[in-house]
Amino acid sequence: MTKKVLVAMSGGVDSSVAAYLLKEQGYEVVGAHMKLWDYVEVGGDIYKDGRCCTIDSITDCRVVCDAIDAPFYVLNMSRHFRDTVIEDFISEYDKGRTPNPCIQCNSNVKWTEFLRKAEELGCDYIATGHYSFVEKNENGRCCIRKGVDVTRDQSYVLWGVSQDALSKTLMPLGGLLKKEVREIAHKYNLRTADKAESREICFVLDDDYHRFLIEMAEKNGKSYEPGEIVHTDGRVLGQHKGTAFYTIGQRKGMGISYPTPLYVQVIDIEKNQVIVGDNDTLFKSELIADSLNWIAVEPQARPFGALVKIRYLHEPSEATVIPQVDGSVRIVFKDSQRAITPGQSVVFYDGDILLGGGLIVR
Amino acid sequence: MKPIYLDHNATTPVDSEVVDAMLPYLTQYFGNASSAHNFGRDAKVALENARESVASHINCQPSELYFTSGGTESDNIAILGTAQKYKNKKNHLLVGATEHPAILEPAEYLHNKHDFKVGIIPVDKDGFISADTLNELLTDKTFLTSIMLANNETGTIQNLVPLIKAAHAKDALFHTDAVQAIGKIKVDVKALDVDLLSLTAHKIYGPKGIGALFIKEGVRLEPLFYGGSHEKKRRPGTENVAGAVGLAKTLEIAQAAMDDDFKKLTELSDYFILKVQALLPDVYLNGPKRNRVPQTVNLSFQGVEGESLLLGLDLKGVAVSSGSACTSGATEPSHVLQAMGIDKVISQGAIRFSMGRSTTKEQLDYLISVLPEVVNRLRELSPIYNK
Repeated sequence: MTKKVLVAMSGGVDSSVAAYLLKEQGYEVVGAHMKLWDYVEVGGDIYKDGRCCTIDSITDCRVVCDAIDAPFYVLNMSRHFRDTVIEDFISEYDKGRTPNPCIQCNSNVKWTEFLRKAEELGCDYIATGHYSFVEKNENGRCCIRKGVDVTRDQSYVLWGVSQDALSKTLMPLGGLLKKEVREIAHKYNLRTADKAESREICFVLDDDYHRFLIEMAEKNGKSYEPGEIVHTDGRVLGQHKGTAFYTIGQRKGMGISYPTPLYVQVIDIEKNQVIVGDNDTLFKSELIADSLNWIAVEPQARPFGALVKIRYLHEPSEATVIPQVDGSVRIVFKDSQRAITPGQSVVFYDGDILLGGGLIVR
Repeated sequence: MKPIYLDHNATTPVDSEVVDAMLPYLTQYFGNASSAHNFGRDAKVALENARESVASHINCQPSELYFTSGGTESDNIAILGTAQKYKNKKNHLLVGATEHPAILEPAEYLHNKHDFKVGIIPVDKDGFISADTLNELLTDKTFLTSIMLANNETGTIQNLVPLIKAAHAKDALFHTDAVQAIGKIKVDVKALDVDLLSLTAHKIYGPKGIGALFIKEGVRLEPLFYGGSHEKKRRPGTENVAGAVGLAKTLEIAQAAMDDDFKKLTELSDYFILKVQALLPDVYLNGPKRNRVPQTVNLSFQGVEGESLLLGLDLKGVAVSSGSACTSGATEPSHVLQAMGIDKVISQGAIRFSMGRSTTKEQLDYLISVLPEVVNRLRELSPIYNK
């Protein structure tokens, strides 16, 4: 019997081509756009184009689905998105951490709620336009392997997906280069062929997350507390506008004149202080991570070597991952790493295979 | 199986007789109805004949009938036009809780941007408003009360006469959005004694983009548009002659078919509700059993999300709706069902089946045959349904 797949369509070229390829491969394709937020809720520049969840993007999805003769639906998941992703985004900053909402969205919206919708629609799979391979390995686990186009690798944001969800996931773009995807889109006249891609946080339309946090706080009758900016040697150098507006390694926007460049070292929410210092002291050779999820391997109890990535744009570095009795891991890098940031994800690879990941605690 | 269309409250196909009536006014008699020459005169005569025909359908004078682009525009002229006229004397507007966004959003705009006071009139569990409730809300500052005749989501037919009497007793104007009533039930502006009434063609087998606003002789309002003397300056813009002819023809056909349609659709909707409730547990009718336009059947399937059921039925070839049609295609919880005090979980599982002249018992039987499969699958997957 023909397998039925619900394709997550953002309105961009990648998911358009993913839907097209699956149709070509003989799947019964249903397209769906997740409506995650509304302008009224998130504010920002409503005329800025090219994002998902805008009427124009939805129209693009519709036209592409019509061209490949697939039904298309808009699924309203805004309540779910607000309760998980946006709430987490705000509360992580409150805790002095730097969140990555794309990971929350993947783990708690796409591969949970969207998957549930797919099952409701009688679909066997969901599919996305990620440049990765989803494969079953010898131990029976579903794993994610980096795609052919390493410049588009998004495996970093996929570490939180459960095994059950992965077993129902198709990623048809793993074997393609972005250039080839655009060529396919052109060849078959998909109207999203030349659409620019968006990489910033989708619900912060003007890319100004300070503005977003302030507006959301105002709506909830809260405000951010100013406090001291303190040098690692203990001297108070100035005032900050609220710890949420700073992230580890940040240099700009401090408003302090100082003979040498200053970088945020630590965010201390207990004392409501932002600690700054030299670039040298930003380098650390260890981190602790929790909230682990294992992809290609069973949960590990013994130390193992891996390539470890600590932020989206970070070159994976050699390290030893040391599982702790409480379920967290200690990671010791061969070479020390700059600006290890609590709240960001740490992801372990064996070559191009995603082993698992977690959230950096410290 | 041919796809089955059960979303007639969203829109309808244009009757071929209506198309035939309109065609000459798109090609042969293309003139601008405001032109002085022969071409213009032909168009003008057709326009005025259409006006007379539509006016007679609702029992008003042709001079009281103004063509517009449809329900939304008529509603906006009624709300914003009277607000503009009365703003120096009166600043209070009353609207029903279950009104269409074409009423609620202009009201919200007046409140947010122009400091008008807007009162929302609550409804009972079936969507009805009592004269007592309205009386308590009316003040000597109320310039307009707007309550729809038939509801787009539930079909509830409001008993307007006592409400209009109450508004008039407080010297307030009364507007009704009759978009979902016109052509389905008798609408008589004199019997109602209403001041303003909105109607449109495309819900009753007419074309999109044409409607009308009845403005009772003597009622004053400001236009929204400026740029000509068309429609006595109340709605400038080159007249949509073909549309007006189409609207007139639409109402003429509706008038002739009204009693038969009502009888046939009442039987079909009763049959459908009975069958579905016999086949599936925990299915509730939203809105009244009677005093409802029978075209509209709004059912809640407990434990199921309306959106999921809509998509599941679409994949089975049945087109329904889970609220009013929306640009994004995403569904929001229905403000109508919430206003009726229907439990949130139950209102989430609401589906609007809206039947039409082409709906047959065979189509409903097909729907009845696929519904249990879809509903049961969704209930199986539902975290909230108590199996």
